[in-house]
Amino acid sequence: MTTVSMTVNGKAVSAEAAPDTLLSDFIRESLALTGTHVGCDTSQCGACVVMVDGSSIKSCSILVVQAEGAKVTTIEGLASDGELHPMQKAFHENHALQCGFCTPGMMISAIDLVNKNPDLSEADIRHGLEGNICRCTGYHNIVKAVQAAAAEMKG
Amino acid sequence: MSNFQYMRASALDEAAAKVKGAEDGAVLAGGMTLLPSIKLGLSSPSDLVDLGGIGDLAGITSAGGSVTIGAMTCHADVANSGDVPPALAAMASGIGDRQVRNRGTIGGSIANNDPAADYPAACLALGATINTDQRSIAADDFFTGLFETALNDGEIITSVSFPTPDKAAYQKFTSPASRFALVGVFVAAGSDGVRVAVTGCGQGGVYRDADLESALAASFSADALADKSVSSDNLLSDIHAAADYRAHLIVEMTKRAVAACG
Ligand SMILES: Cc1cc2nc3c(=O)[nH]c(=O)nc-3n(C[C@H](O)[C@H](O)[C@H](O)COP(=O)(O)OP(=O)(O)OC[C@H]3O[C@@H](n4cnc5c(N)ncnc54)[C@H](O)[C@@H]3O)c2cc1C
Ligand code: FES
Ligand code: FES
Repeated sequence: MTTVSMTVNGKAVSAEAAPDTLLSDFIRESLALTGTHVGCDTSQCGACVVMVDGSSIKSCSILVVQAEGAKVTTIEGLASDGELHPMQKAFHENHALQCGFCTPGMMISAIDLVNKNPDLSEADIRHGLEGNICRCTGYHNIVKAVQAAAAEMKG
Repeated sequence: MSNFQYMRASALDEAAAKVKGAEDGAVLAGGMTLLPSIKLGLSSPSDLVDLGGIGDLAGITSAGGSVTIGAMTCHADVANSGDVPPALAAMASGIGDRQVRNRGTIGGSIANNDPAADYPAACLALGATINTDQRSIAADDFFTGLFETALNDGEIITSVSFPTPDKAAYQKFTSPASRFALVGVFVAAGSDGVRVAVTGCGQGGVYRDADLESALAASFSADALADKSVSSDNLLSDIHAAADYRAHLIVEMTKRAVAACG
């Protein structure tokens, strides 16, 4: 076991972990932040996507020890002072989720996308979200929500 | 997941010594291939030596008609770079998905030499040189078979140098499930003549097609390939595509790549 320390959703955390612990397991089990989902565990579905040092990554495909010292944001860290993040608001208003399983990863990916390029075309959004699989919505309302959030995040 | 020791190296010689000293050591780059392989039991190294802390292994520099990409440079950084040949940036932007591009590295991709990976085709077509902690290897000598390379045990790729082509383009027929290439063709024309590298197809992994190269050397146009066909002998055949379909796509993707060269 080694001690790992990082900042998760703005709070410093430190815990013991075996070297083969995945970041996804650490987040869900050691930190009890179960908003980050594990769908496939084989790097395909994107349900586990979190932000690490400003880039969206699949938390099932990185060891927690590789994230030592990193700044991690999960779905639980998006709202602030009881106010939903613009992406959360847009998903709500555009009916961009059904069962909600893909939604946490989908929103983190979408926020990364908009942060890096505020002027996204519909094609950019569809290409940018290729790593996030949704079995319910057909993606159409997700794309609409990301367009709406992008407009609001631009301010 | 598996019982391995983890070590984050801060210098190249430290990483090399650690891998060599381990019972069955492996270097860890983006982990996009290695970690899923460990999970699936396809690989079970005793020690993982993380290259992520070695700062000088990442980054892109250009000098004297060639650009050198550090082994730990992720696909997203190549995709967004104005210093690499545009065909290479476009190729990198089509690897996997956004999260794979944020973690996966050029060194990992080339060391792994997946028969459907994109970078091996770029290296062969552009006549790249693969630099390691021990030597420099021409791309033509580097990719030796399915998941096989000229790397010795414990040898670490440090960077890859690409000469600037006069013209180049990559066309990929993407497998919608894996996002790897069902068929990918990288065409480049430069001081080395015309080079055509094919990925996703060869039973021995990535290869150059001499016949397509000589047709394009005679006339660099999609029309020069109008009556061309390639043999389906030695091509992969699987649930995704039969060998003859791949053979058809190779010519089609080559025509499109030549057209995209402008
Ligand atoms: C969902 C998904 C889709 C993908 N789609 C594509 C695609 O469309 N096209 C494509 O080309 N690839 C694709 N990939 C693979 C991806 O590009 C990986 O990044 C790449 O194959 C491995 O790079 P890595 O940095 O993650 O290496 P790792 O997984 O860390 O390592 C891979 C292997 O290379 C060795 N290695 C790593 N770095 C070095 C080095 N510097 N020197 C010597 N050995 C080294 C490791 O020991 C290991 O054996 C995909 C992967 C996933 C998960
Ligand atoms: S759980 Fe990580 S990609 Fe599916
Ligand atoms: S809302 Fe059910 S998987 Fe996307």
